[in-house]
Amino acid sequence: MPNTEHETIGFAGPDRLGHFGPYGGTFVGETLIAAVEELAAVYEEVSKDPEFWAEYDRDLKYYVGRPSPLYFAERLTEAAGGARIYLKREDLNHTGAHKVNNTIGQALLAKRMGKTRIIAETGAGQHGVASATVAARLGLECYVYMGAEDIQRQAPNVYRMKLLGAHVVAVESGSRTLKDAMNEALRDWATNVDSTYYIIGTVAGPHPYPQLVRDFQCIIGREAREQSLEQLGKLPDALVACVGGGSNAIGLFHPFLNDAGVAMYGVEAGGDGIETGRHAAPLSAGVPGVLHGNRTYLMTDAGGQIMETHSVSAGLDYPGVGPEHAWLKDLKRVNYVDATDTEALEAFHKLTRLEGIIPALESSHAVAYALKLAATMTAEESIIINLSGRGDKDIQTVAKLEGLTL
Amino acid sequence: MNRIRVVSAAAAESGRKLLIPYVVAGDPNLDTTLRLMHKLVEEGADIIELGIPFSDPSSDGPVIQLGVERSLAVGTTLTAVLDLVTQFRARDAKTPIVLMGYLNPVEIMGYEQFVERASLAGVDGVLIVDLPPNEATEFKTLLDSREIDTIFLVAPTTTDKRAAQIAASCSGYLYYVSLKGVTGAALLDTASVRQNIEKLRRLTDLPIVIGFGIKDAESARSMGELADGVIIGSALVERVAKLSPANEISEEQLAEVTTVIATAREALDCL
Repeated sequence: MPNTEHETIGFAGPDRLGHFGPYGGTFVGETLIAAVEELAAVYEEVSKDPEFWAEYDRDLKYYVGRPSPLYFAERLTEAAGGARIYLKREDLNHTGAHKVNNTIGQALLAKRMGKTRIIAETGAGQHGVASATVAARLGLECYVYMGAEDIQRQAPNVYRMKLLGAHVVAVESGSRTLKDAMNEALRDWATNVDSTYYIIGTVAGPHPYPQLVRDFQCIIGREAREQSLEQLGKLPDALVACVGGGSNAIGLFHPFLNDAGVAMYGVEAGGDGIETGRHAAPLSAGVPGVLHGNRTYLMTDAGGQIMETHSVSAGLDYPGVGPEHAWLKDLKRVNYVDATDTEALEAFHKLTRLEGIIPALESSHAVAYALKLAATMTAEESIIINLSGRGDKDIQTVAKLEGLTL
Repeated sequence: MNRIRVVSAAAAESGRKLLIPYVVAGDPNLDTTLRLMHKLVEEGADIIELGIPFSDPSSDGPVIQLGVERSLAVGTTLTAVLDLVTQFRARDAKTPIVLMGYLNPVEIMGYEQFVERASLAGVDGVLIVDLPPNEATEFKTLLDSREIDTIFLVAPTTTDKRAAQIAASCSGYLYYVSLKGVTGAALLDTASVRQNIEKLRRLTDLPIVIGFGIKDAESARSMGELADGVIIGSALVERVAKLSPANEISEEQLAEVTTVIATAREALDCL
């Protein structure tokens, strides 16, 4: 069940209408209101239903392979020369990333609501694969919306989704990336609202998505907290996770929010550098606005148009961020920082060579920042990095950047 | 008195159905939109819905998406849309203008500044598709203070309880979305529309107009029969798409674009 035992009023959110302070809420067209209200009602019901969570836990254990290990990265620690670095190995989950924690939970919701058709948006393809996977397992029809640009750069994942029986729909509108895929998924949902369950892949979108996706991802932080106490004999001093929409980060952070001694760092995609404007870092360089159903920090121009983002990592290439992150930024509970494309690529190679673990380019942003952070800390202190996904899907991108063709 | 009330009261008295065309401001450029607005009035439009372009129009179908892209390609901003209304008002003091769009450009300008500028420009109503009533309290209070109507949508999926709340928050006219889907889709189910409009009648004295999926004289007639008026958007924007902004746009070309409005007018006037 969603664990609230560590919550105090300070970080307890959202309110009944899905607000995290001034952020979140329900900003969608009228056609979708009934659907999100129904989902909120069903979710409120299941959040108190032990049977639902028992089934979710069983699926995570026997299908996903949880708990994921907390691994002490000895050689990486030596290389950083400071705090002890631990990796929360979400890359070892079935389908290769944290995304499946959420799709397992939402598939159970879809089943309970009697929906026969699943839709999803995807950037890097990880959420698309995780959605196609649960749809295959439940025998549901599945449509994945993906920007035409992303289809080019994530070809292996596109084929994986097709193998799983999903229809991958290329989105040609706007910037042809994740945000446009989300627009198209919302249009599909409005059209097929009776039969269709929309599995949003991150802690954004209209209420109750930011809340329920967070609850499904909190398994990461709950395990990490227990594992720290068991393996370190204490809580870690710092948590580091990459932030695109922010689901892996909130999943790790949330169960620690009331542990005042645990510092938290959400690492956004710095792209070519914040100062160049070519990045995907709304918390570091954006302003509050409204997109895709919620109020949050956005990359928007002076006239209120959403700006095109840039990151080497398709999974972070999104102009918004989950509303709870916006709130935690304002509350100063989490530090939001960035790592550039170059820094992430360096970290990608470093982790691969030092530990024999190929990280996703998304997660490489967290590794890059953690290496800098560790160097400022002592050997008695410890950091947990959320290694949110594995990098197999990215080897073509990395090879191409190095001038190689596979 | 607010222009929407004047026009709808007169229409109710004479039995005239309201005809409300929608165009994207700045598609293909602002000068053409201005000419088009006057032409629409000539052809029998009672109220004009002017779309504020937004980069992520997630409630719109492909036709309006492309219109929005054409408008953004020439750099149309919310400020420019408000200026367009001012220009329109210089020649037309009577036809109500409703701005329709998404919330982000308005949030970024700031509610107060937007409402003040809209009021000065001569805007009569505002419809923000992704701003439902329970998130709109502050915005609506500001609009009310300037006698600008806040128009909300009711959809086929809207529950009865919610429809009552929407009707209570809404002013100007109530916009009934005829189908489940995005703008420009075309699967009108007359029986269900009739039933839902009858329910709405019991909730409000506001004019009820129907939009989404009305594309010609035939659909205008069948929907007009059920309500106080119809909105025609995608069918018009589809014709605007054929205008080439590189060349001087002739009166004949504008007339061709607005034929759909002229024929809808005729059809509605036969009711």
